[in-house]
Amino acid sequence: MTSAIAPGTAPDRSDGSRYPYRHLLGIEGLSRSDIDFLLDRADGFVEQNRQADKKSTTLRGRTLINLFFENSTRTRTSFELAGKRLGGDVINMSVSTSSIKKGETLIDTAMTLNAMHPDALVVRHSESGAVHLLAEKVNCSVINAGDGSHEHPTQALLDALAIRRRKGPLEGLEVAICGDVSHSRVARSNIHLLSIMGARVRVVAPPTLLPSGIERFGVEVHHDMERGLAGCDIVMMLRLQTERMKGSFVPSIREYFRYYGLDHEKLRAAKPDALIMHPGPMNRGVEIDSVVADDIDRSLIREQVEMGVAVRMAVLEALVSRQTEPWAKNQ
Amino acid sequence: MRPTLYKNARLLDPAARLDSKGALLVRDGRVAEVGPAVFVDAIQADVEVIDCGGRCLAPGLVDMRVQTREPGEEHMETMVSLQAAAVAGGVTTLATLPNTNPIIDDVSLLEFVERLAQEVGMVNVHPYAAATKGLKGEQMTEMGMLAESGAVGFTDGVKAIADAVVMRRLLSYASMVGRPVIQHPEEPSLAREGCANEGETATRLGLAGIPACAEVMMIERDLSLVRLTRGRYHAAHVSTAVAIEAIRRAKAEGLEVTCDTAPHYFALNELAIVDYRTFARVSPPLRSEADRRAVAAGLADGTIDAIASDHAPQDQDSKRVPFAQAEPGVVGLETLLPISLGLVHDGTMALLDVIERLTTGPARILGLEAGRLAVGAWADLVLFEPDRAVRIDASRFRSKSKNSPFDGKPAQGRVWRTVYRGRTVFDLDSEPADPRSRREPEHA
Repeated sequence: MTSAIAPGTAPDRSDGSRYPYRHLLGIEGLSRSDIDFLLDRADGFVEQNRQADKKSTTLRGRTLINLFFENSTRTRTSFELAGKRLGGDVINMSVSTSSIKKGETLIDTAMTLNAMHPDALVVRHSESGAVHLLAEKVNCSVINAGDGSHEHPTQALLDALAIRRRKGPLEGLEVAICGDVSHSRVARSNIHLLSIMGARVRVVAPPTLLPSGIERFGVEVHHDMERGLAGCDIVMMLRLQTERMKGSFVPSIREYFRYYGLDHEKLRAAKPDALIMHPGPMNRGVEIDSVVADDIDRSLIREQVEMGVAVRMAVLEALVSRQTEPWAKNQ
Repeated sequence: MRPTLYKNARLLDPAARLDSKGALLVRDGRVAEVGPAVFVDAIQADVEVIDCGGRCLAPGLVDMRVQTREPGEEHMETMVSLQAAAVAGGVTTLATLPNTNPIIDDVSLLEFVERLAQEVGMVNVHPYAAATKGLKGEQMTEMGMLAESGAVGFTDGVKAIADAVVMRRLLSYASMVGRPVIQHPEEPSLAREGCANEGETATRLGLAGIPACAEVMMIERDLSLVRLTRGRYHAAHVSTAVAIEAIRRAKAEGLEVTCDTAPHYFALNELAIVDYRTFARVSPPLRSEADRRAVAAGLADGTIDAIASDHAPQDQDSKRVPFAQAEPGVVGLETLLPISLGLVHDGTMALLDVIERLTTGPARILGLEAGRLAVGAWADLVLFEPDRAVRIDASRFRSKSKNSPFDGKPAQGRVWRTVYRGRTVFDLDSEPADPRSRREPEHA
């Protein structure tokens, strides 16, 4: 299927274990060792970020541009912090999609920025495949910070790191992904990553929020939340966009919360030590009950944010700091 | 003009079920003699003799679904570039969709297109007229007068005629006029946000899908209306197994129903869009492998009457965008023959049958004289080599637009000469040499 990484680039593992690609466009296509490598590096950055002096010089002299065609505060801030803590120069560019004439300026913007010789572009766009298209047109590394309903690879990596630090290796874990799988790039990236790492994934959603052919991804499909959560180690909740709750995909917020909102009662079906995750921002009272979200013993939500910075540092380091090496050819 | 003798040819005339060695004599733009042994005194000075070297000589292809971009979008295609592309592809008869700017929904506009086409004069151009005013799907056009002015059929182009009452009346009225109504068969509410075939591939790419049943739903509805009205109905570019089965049953029932498909629906499947290749974005979307096979089988058993290129020029700005924002369509005139011949090379169909779907098949649907090698018919001919390996190179297309999903792909079959009313309008020997392929000496 789609090459998640760099079209036409063969992995180079001559030094054993590094991340061998030029871009990070998606999780699909990565191997277990690629992911382990990034998570191991990220683990180190978690410790660095907890010290008083958080700054290193790995990316000194390198320029990163956060290019966001879709609103985002957390992901953009997380990438910005990651870049700055590695000593790079970070510039934020927000392009409002409503004001531009469709994708026409996507290539124009890419070419303009490319002429300024950045070392990495971090891109978010509302259209699936937009980041892929942009990566074909520029000479620097491109990191997908979320494209349409396609992928959000750093989210899946940070989720994996958060799980690994609490539960150990992902292999054999039972993970339930609940909610709007159909429109979720987070769900797709997580399904790919968890499957690659040997975890078992179930998706839990009403049929209107499940994309066609999802069973071909090697996941178990559930419409009943309690059955879907039975015996699982991790409950991953997805955000449901407000415009999809009002009769078009589900009848109402009230009905959705009743059948698919995570509360303590439904959570009882999961293992007693099951952990709860959410990519944020949460709709309290829609997909998740406040009490559950704030349960310090069960909720990984705050840790996810912390892991986000570390994982993004690992990705930036892997892509940008090695750009003098042979794989970084401009193709 | 001197009479021309095409000798030493493999004659292919699907109308006469003829596939044999022979010769063909053209005099005054028409076929004067044809057969295994045409007697002409070759020494006679006033006859030009062309040795076909055993290549196939067939009626010029009839492409019943072409989008011209003139008037209105001449930066994508003009009538000149369209006809140049057609003859390079061996096509001598075109039927053009009314979705230009302005829309062809009025007698004066239809006559403008005909005049424009005649001024270029390299192929026959038969315009369709809009079925409804402004392609809005509401008010019917002046079908009687449009038919009198030469409209070969009525269609809303790339838009489905969605309203059942409108479709019912169009079929009724068109039956009086004696022209088919050509439908873009897709239930619009199921296709609204979609840009890819619904299923695993679209889901992996995060693209909104269009279910395969959107096609058969519209066709089944229309077939019910055909039973009611006894109108003539043609489903364009069928792409799914279930739709083809529905048409197969309707034909068995005796309804006046026909359909066509385009080469991408039997040569490609949905995997062609992987990596967000917008050149493979078409409407309807490329389908599953099972559907692709069903299209090939439908062509082979005659359920699908015609192969049309569904030529849809798009400029770079319409395709170099994220997939869902890309305009659908491919340029198809110059790949129509080699891609269709793939059906011969993979053993799906006999050569004569493929040529039938490209000539007499569409000509019959539109009531045209074209597509046969009969004595007295216009000498619209294509001379081609069916087995010659080629690499499709969009940069060499005569079409102004290069949006082909087959660019760079190997294929077999090459047009050597195209003749329109006895006049050579395309000759590969006088083309600049293709730097990417070495040419063997002629008569090899």
